[in-house]
Amino acid sequence: MKIFRLTTDNHMVIVSFMPAVADNLFRALADPTRRALFERLARDGEQTVHALTGPSGVSQPAVSKHLVILKRARLVHPRRHGRETHYSARPQALTPLVDWMSLYGAFWRDRFDHLETLLNRMDK
Amino acid sequence: MTDTPASTHSLVIEREFPHAPEKIWRALTESNLIQQWLMENDFEPKVGHTFNLRMPPVQGWNGVIDGEVLTVEPQRVLSYTWGSMGLKSVVTFTLTATATGTQLRMEQSGFPSTESASYKGASYGWHAFLSKLDQVVGGLK
Repeated sequence: MKIFRLTTDNHMVIVSFMPAVADNLFRALADPTRRALFERLARDGEQTVHALTGPSGVSQPAVSKHLVILKRARLVHPRRHGRETHYSARPQALTPLVDWMSLYGAFWRDRFDHLETLLNRMDK
Repeated sequence: MTDTPASTHSLVIEREFPHAPEKIWRALTESNLIQQWLMENDFEPKVGHTFNLRMPPVQGWNGVIDGEVLTVEPQRVLSYTWGSMGLKSVVTFTLTATATGTQLRMEQSGFPSTESASYKGASYGWHAFLSKLDQVVGGLK
């Protein structure tokens, strides 16, 4: 996952994501059924479409369709075995979300600078 | 499924200021002072008080953070919830007097972790917010 960081003065950080990758990721995670499928794979490990269909409450074609979208976002990895495809979760694809923390890190450091300025001003 | 408790990450920022805890406490809790270093707000240091922090809106994000005061221990601990765009976290300030001033620790907890992959709500907003990130950060001045 590509994240560009440009540090400017005063600890400001500008972050932008590769649009296509981010679009796919956020679109994939916007749907509760897909989040549930992804979480299940992350929790229980590799599974076939057939195994995933049972508890999901949606039809097999619908599950397949959701998996395509998850695959496009690189959230799941397909592995062909015989006549079936086994899917596993790729949690590392979530890096942009975890990088939310980096954003807030920059945000708070910047705010602390402002706080310091304010505290000095309050002395007078 | 997305409402189950998730394992989460915390962000910690610490800095020592050459100022007394009393003064830092004021800057953390008085609305007009908060506005000068953090954001516009209607904050009150009362447990249960709900408030907004506001920054200039950008396309796709209204610039509003929703908060509720959780802990008020004068000159020691202040914490409140921090909700925005489907991500709810908790911000906790801890003040510790030192020989030369005050150690201020800010912990923001509740960031989703890679392991849990659990997101609160967030059926919208991530993309809108993140794609406008540079504007948001740039608009903080």
